[in-house]
Amino acid sequence: MSVTQSTYNYKVVRQFTVMTVVWGIVGMLVGVIIAAQLVWPELNFGPYLHFGRLRPLHTNAVIFAFGGCALFATSYYVVQRTCHARIFSDGLAAFTFWGWQLVIVLAAITLPLGMTQGKEYAELEWPIDLLIAVVWVAYAVVFFGTIVKRKVTHIYVANWFYGGFILAVALLHIVNSAAIPVSPTKSYSAYAGVQDAMVQWWYGHNAVGFFLTAGFLGMMYYFVPKQAGRPIYSYRLSVVHFWALIFTYMWAGPHHLHYTALPDWTQSVGMLFSLILLAPSWGGMINGVMTLSGAWHKLRDDPILKFLITSLSFYGMSTFEGPMMAIKTVNALSHYTDWTIGHVHSGALGWVAMISIGSVYYLVPRLFGKPEMFSVKLITVHFWVATIGVVLYIASMWISGVMQGLMWRAVNADGTLTYSFVESVKASYPFWAIRFLGGVLFLTGMLIMAYNMVKTIAGGRTVDDALVLQPAAQHA
Amino acid sequence: MDINELRSIVTVVSLLTFLGIVWWAYGVKGNKARFEEAAMLPFTDEEADRAELGLDRNGQRKAS
Repeated sequence: MSVTQSTYNYKVVRQFTVMTVVWGIVGMLVGVIIAAQLVWPELNFGPYLHFGRLRPLHTNAVIFAFGGCALFATSYYVVQRTCHARIFSDGLAAFTFWGWQLVIVLAAITLPLGMTQGKEYAELEWPIDLLIAVVWVAYAVVFFGTIVKRKVTHIYVANWFYGGFILAVALLHIVNSAAIPVSPTKSYSAYAGVQDAMVQWWYGHNAVGFFLTAGFLGMMYYFVPKQAGRPIYSYRLSVVHFWALIFTYMWAGPHHLHYTALPDWTQSVGMLFSLILLAPSWGGMINGVMTLSGAWHKLRDDPILKFLITSLSFYGMSTFEGPMMAIKTVNALSHYTDWTIGHVHSGALGWVAMISIGSVYYLVPRLFGKPEMFSVKLITVHFWVATIGVVLYIASMWISGVMQGLMWRAVNADGTLTYSFVESVKASYPFWAIRFLGGVLFLTGMLIMAYNMVKTIAGGRTVDDALVLQPAAQHA
Repeated sequence: MDINELRSIVTVVSLLTFLGIVWWAYGVKGNKARFEEAAMLPFTDEEADRAELGLDRNGQRKAS
């Protein structure tokens, strides 16, 4: 080992890791506020803090700020460690951090002001879209540049998932954001009518498939084996898992447009591919969970593993529920009801947030030179508070969703509707209150995490001396 | 050639490619060893793990 030996760039990982927790709290707080607005409509203040303006702020903050920072942090860490190479360009990596934070701040300003393209999960106006595209291309250069620099023969499977996620999101973002600007704050989609709807949901569902699934599966393939201390259950299964997802996800979007002006055959193709998706999804879940086989006792006293494995259970649940809801006849009941919101949160809170939280708990002590988090007990507390929160959230949304669907379709003997719409709203109140409680619990968990993180960082050192070593077993 | 024929061909080629990948992962005997090697990649830099956690070579906490 010589003095001039290269080290891993942990600075950018640290920045993104800390911001994951910060934006998680902000995004979930906005979520709790809009949940409260549904229970107590008096909380809708002025135009700026109205439900309609805050709801896209919530979704953008939790998906792109919280989820995005978690993906940047873990992908930069994993790609360096499994490639045995320092990140491709420190400057470009720093640019992705500051660029991404700027995007988030701009979103937080423009969305309450009502500047929006009106496309779900793609609301941001065109100048911000351009900034996102530039930052994303820089991200791709840094990530793939590091893979090119690698000192090992293989590209570890987690990097395949991260790489697939980065490429697919670039494609989706650029195609769906094509718009004709009429002013710096207003633009119109380049597509019209049903084509616009199809492009939007091709984007929308693949945002779920690649941003919220492939990227976080990259996390799963590194942090689950590391925390369990044993290699992934089946590497061969992970290869098939990756390609099966790549070949099928792109086709599933039409299930968001059942019984619309979209041609019927397109809806059927979307439904069929959504059903096929069950197989690779469960293959991946089983691969992750079975990594613990023979070491189940670790689950009992390791709260980080609890987070990681529970997230996989929620992944399995929501990827079973999703294909079922994509069946046209089921969708006729579930679409436009709270069931959809429950499904999304079983994925978003149960899978995405929990695997991110587990990974952040793994990373924080390592980035600040501590053997473990300030309080392992508080991780356990966080785990239970968060789990109870998710269960309350999704159970209440299932009940209110199915109830709404049944009330809307109920007809009297003479063919008139049994219930007016407002009666279904009235019947939903108790469940919206339970959902609010579930959200408060999940947010409380994040606050516990923030306290634990601050205490861990205090008195720690910033680890910048982790040496890049030639791997013992193999040489390029 | 009709554009729809091209679309059909792409779909069939995609399916065959995927089946080829499945065969490559499970059918080719020689790949078993390389996959097992790749699966160990997260565990090939324990030195960096120790540096992160502030431990010395014997897994003991450094005095500093």
